[in-house]
Amino acid sequence: MPPGSARMVLDGIGVTPGIAIGKAHRVDRDRISRVYYHLLSPLQKREEIERFEAAVSKAEFDLREIRSKIVGDFPEHVYILDAHLHILQDQMLYNETIRIIEEQGINAEWALRQALENAQRLFAKIDDEYIRGRFSDVDYVAAQVLSNLTGRNAQSVAGIKERVIIVAHDLSPADTMQLQVEKTLGFVTDMGGKTSHTAIITRSLDIPAVVGLENVTQAVNSGELMVVDGTVGRVIIDPDEELLNYYHERQFQLERYRKELARSAKLPAETEDGFSIKIEANIEFLEEVVAVIDNGAEGIGLYRTEYLYLNSEYPPDEETLFWNYREVAEIIYPEMVTIRTLDIGADKFSAKMGPCGETNPALGLRAIRLCLQENELFRTQLRAILRVSGITRNVQIMFPMISGVGELRAAKAILTEVMESLAQEGTKFDQSLHVGIMIEVPSAVAVADLLAREVDFFSIGTNDLVQYTLAIDRVNKQVAHLYEPLHPAILRMVKQASDAGRKAGIPVSLCGEMAGEPLYIPILLGFELDSLSMNALAVPRVKQIIRNANLEESKACLDEVLQFSTASQINEYLRELTWRRFREDFELFENKLGTLSSTHGDLS
Amino acid sequence: MVLRKEFTIRNKLGLHARTAAKIVQATTQFQSRIRIIKNDREADAKSILDILTLSCPQGTRIEVRAEGEDAAEAISALAVLFDNNFGEE
Repeated sequence: MPPGSARMVLDGIGVTPGIAIGKAHRVDRDRISRVYYHLLSPLQKREEIERFEAAVSKAEFDLREIRSKIVGDFPEHVYILDAHLHILQDQMLYNETIRIIEEQGINAEWALRQALENAQRLFAKIDDEYIRGRFSDVDYVAAQVLSNLTGRNAQSVAGIKERVIIVAHDLSPADTMQLQVEKTLGFVTDMGGKTSHTAIITRSLDIPAVVGLENVTQAVNSGELMVVDGTVGRVIIDPDEELLNYYHERQFQLERYRKELARSAKLPAETEDGFSIKIEANIEFLEEVVAVIDNGAEGIGLYRTEYLYLNSEYPPDEETLFWNYREVAEIIYPEMVTIRTLDIGADKFSAKMGPCGETNPALGLRAIRLCLQENELFRTQLRAILRVSGITRNVQIMFPMISGVGELRAAKAILTEVMESLAQEGTKFDQSLHVGIMIEVPSAVAVADLLAREVDFFSIGTNDLVQYTLAIDRVNKQVAHLYEPLHPAILRMVKQASDAGRKAGIPVSLCGEMAGEPLYIPILLGFELDSLSMNALAVPRVKQIIRNANLEESKACLDEVLQFSTASQINEYLRELTWRRFREDFELFENKLGTLSSTHGDLS
Repeated sequence: MVLRKEFTIRNKLGLHARTAAKIVQATTQFQSRIRIIKNDREADAKSILDILTLSCPQGTRIEVRAEGEDAAEAISALAVLFDNNFGEE
């Protein structure tokens, strides 16, 4: 628990890791009181409409000014400002406000407010979270017009002189454009989530930021000392000296540790007692391969190949696939790339394929089942992969969603046929290419010993394994809390599959989100897996923790944990263990447990 | 006469602020009345907020209807945007 106390502690969503300490600079906006009044005569209404039009013109002028000053480096910002210009002139705000002034005879501020509320209701109905979140752009544009109407100059962030922490209700792209990065220590906002503009921009600038604090603009005054902990999403206002010292120290250590992680990213992941585990990365796009190498991953443990299929009306042809796979294989060479064949549901694919309207797509015609039915689709992909293997010789094939030996044999039979036809044509391919399967259906775990005899490797896909084993659709909010990777059933299944693989003498890998979770490292090591494959950004930290871990201790930990009967018990045990064993790392990265005392009641 | 053409939204983020802005930028160059139809709902393709609230994430199938003297040009201008995924992933 951190020492000391503060006037106030607020928790929000940390979007850019790191710690900032400095004086608050409040940017006031959208807190303008709006007086309500009626307009009686037609002349008054006409004047009110003109006043509104002038406020819109001024906002438009200001946006164009900012837009013209943007230098070439930020095309993103130009588009967002263009979007704001369109919103400003949109009928839903502009025409609607004028209509309300005319029909209801109320002042422009209130009319605009009403138009904005109508728009908000429409946005609230949108299912897609990202598009729904774009209401913040509408809100921002309306706030500009409102502040012009009331004649008060919106406080600009451009005139900031010293290095400060920006405190705002919401930061628009126009605001962030005017910010001078070298004068900004951190950002905190009332609004926003992980996909808000502030989040995206601060992440690209690597400035510590916490969003979604709800009322930080009311809690802090300009000039007050504050700490922004973007790693855990906490904001501390007016800390005492003891707490401040603590954060200065933590800031220093975190920076030092991040530098150290970056430096040691390429070192192998070998435990204190000499157990080596290969750390690979999962990718979805060709463009990600560079990040895989930069973060020190030792190959691509899972290349998800759905992207090229989802992005066109018709399945991609063999040449398209060939060049894509070849490029990935060549960049990652001499490390290996494991290409997973198409893992897609009939529902997500061309309407021509498969029966429409499956009532339960997760259990429907998908992945290997779809490929076995749509033979040509499967053959085309296999041909492309095999041809690349003949050139680069660092390719493995992996079949998804195999539920039993029959299905595996059917898939391998097609692979053999494709190999034969390539051989007949005289096209080269890697004759000793490894063929493996994803272990992600519970039945595959039950017959893992039988499957292990017929493949070259296993890769345990925990995301689907958890979903299918626990019968939980984790996107369904009603049951998402029951999605427990540490459920004893999951741990037993992973153990059964990895034991079966080891007994048969084939390598076993684990991919899925579990692989990149530092908390799970002791049990993952305990399974004595051959490799872990994860999001590339997680690689340096996972490798570092493994270098400080110990195989014998991890095996003992797994034995202990397998005795527990609930996921929460296991979770608690692992928390305690990892905090004790990897103290430096966990203290820096997940200092969420500490409750801070605040002199204004218990706000933490 | 009303010209119609179907499209599928393929860029990852769907019709969000930036993509919708590009559509409005294109449609406002034309005199024609241009609408975007999704299932039984329609949006004015010259209104960014109408397009946004139509809510078209990745994978949505839509129909563009243009009516007016320059309808054909409008449709082909939009086809360029849709076919190139608005220059996004």
